[in-house]
Amino acid sequence: MALFSKQNKEIFCNPLNLDNPIMVQVLGICSSLAVTSLLKPAIVMGLAVTIITAFSNVIIAAIRNTIPNRIRIIVQLVVVAALVTIVSQILKAVAYDVSVQLSVYVGLIITNCILMGRLEAFAMTNKPWPSFLDGVGNGLGYALILVIVGALREFVGRGSLLGFQLIPQSAYDAGYMNNGMMTMSAMALILLGCVIWVHRAYFYKEK
Amino acid sequence: MNLRNYLNKIKPNFQEGGKLHAFESIFDGFETFLYVPNRTSTSGVNIHDAIDSKRIMSMVVIALLPAMLFGMYNVGYQNYLAAGTLATASLFEVFLFGFLAVLPKILVSYIVGLGIEFAWAQWKHEEIQEGYLVSGIIIPLIIPVTTPLWMLALACAFAVIFCKEIFGGTGMNIFNVAVGARMFLFFSYSSKMTGDAVWVAQESILGLGNNLPDGFTMATPLSQIGQGILPNTSIYNMVTGLIPGSIGETSVIAIGIGAFILLWTGIASWKTMSSVFFGGVVMALIFKTLGMTPIAWYEHLILGGFCFGAVFMATDPVTSARTETGKYIYGFMIGAMAIIVRVMNPGYPEGMMLAIFFGNMFAPLIDYCVVNQNVSRRVNRLKK
Repeated sequence: MALFSKQNKEIFCNPLNLDNPIMVQVLGICSSLAVTSLLKPAIVMGLAVTIITAFSNVIIAAIRNTIPNRIRIIVQLVVVAALVTIVSQILKAVAYDVSVQLSVYVGLIITNCILMGRLEAFAMTNKPWPSFLDGVGNGLGYALILVIVGALREFVGRGSLLGFQLIPQSAYDAGYMNNGMMTMSAMALILLGCVIWVHRAYFYKEK
Repeated sequence: MNLRNYLNKIKPNFQEGGKLHAFESIFDGFETFLYVPNRTSTSGVNIHDAIDSKRIMSMVVIALLPAMLFGMYNVGYQNYLAAGTLATASLFEVFLFGFLAVLPKILVSYIVGLGIEFAWAQWKHEEIQEGYLVSGIIIPLIIPVTTPLWMLALACAFAVIFCKEIFGGTGMNIFNVAVGARMFLFFSYSSKMTGDAVWVAQESILGLGNNLPDGFTMATPLSQIGQGILPNTSIYNMVTGLIPGSIGETSVIAIGIGAFILLWTGIASWKTMSSVFFGGVVMALIFKTLGMTPIAWYEHLILGGFCFGAVFMATDPVTSARTETGKYIYGFMIGAMAIIVRVMNPGYPEGMMLAIFFGNMFAPLIDYCVVNQNVSRRVNRLKK
């Protein structure tokens, strides 16, 4: 099978849109509400999940035939836990402030439903390369929503993006105010709902 | 009947194929607002009340008028009082200033809210729903007079879309639209909704009123209590409503007139209304006995938004509990919750908004429990 066959392309592209883990499967909601109040942690979190999903998928797919069926969840968890620990240590070493902002949520990637879902549903029955694509696709699908929500929340809630002030001081002098509710996770849920609403309106036509 | 004839004459323009078909829902909205429509349901058995919901909504708006008019006067009164020129101003001047300060808020609220409703109805090919007639006038009455208009517009849009339309419109909404708008403002722009600097209009309008110095502050009695100071307002002022506060919520007398109209016409449920007050009294007495609140139970009822919420917002027939027993539980919960938030949460001097939101959330559950209780009681009766 060619590396970029039509089938593989579908495996990679579907999670970005029609089979998006957040918008369609409604998984991983907890972390997507918690880490999106600023854009930067949202991006880092999205990347972390992408990397961990991709490599845990590859590892599990590579050893899938040797895993005894009854203890497969434990094996999967060990692989994920090892990867999460590596990513978390790297984050602490490279970007300490972001890892503080993400706090427990990096560690909690281990309980992210998207990960376990991909391992169980895909990696256990597929070869490493498609599993890798599937992991990257799902991770990016997750990251995409995180970035959309994170950007909206940071822009409306703080008037900035990635820490750069975008709304000028003159607007504040004229009476504009940052929307405090955007920095609360309640608003993240509403925004997430809106994203799903728009997505459904475009891609799911009622028959 | 000239108006009726005129409506009949222009009606074909709005029907399918007419040149103004795009505005059909707007025409329909106005027509049914002016005249009770003669349409009846074509399927099933239905019970028709003597008045339809547009007439009910108009009645609530009439009941709100005393509170609104007094609110306008009080806006002027507080401004002139703060500037120290109250003695030289005539009653009419004071009222006119308040009128000019409040009118833009009412207009913005109606234009934004009804605009969205009209557009939505036209888009979905539905009838225009009448719920916003009431919400549109309640929203300006429950905000401080200094709230910027763009914030109000944003809050109205948010409340109409997220508290009403996404649930399916009037009659389907879980949360009271006016409470939703206030919640949005409170959590989004809390510095403009609470604190001591927002309760008195600060700028003169068309030569009326007074420009107050920058940084002028005036605490409401409730926020004084929140800061641990005993309010020095007399009971007389608390009852008549000559105290700083949200525009329409201060006067117990004006709200009382509204309550009388609502109860007399049978639009609001006396069960809900009285049990809100009962819940408030019980909770205030408990806190007073425990020494956690410095003011008497009756002061808790007449200060802040308690009366306004109890009379106009808790009794909203859509979002309140619908079973008769449920109304008692629902009302009691709101009254008790409002006082609990007030006394126990130092961050929120007023708790009525949160209490009503809380009550709205639990109303379906209360109804469910009451209905199931009835069902099981009857089943038991059958077994004997």
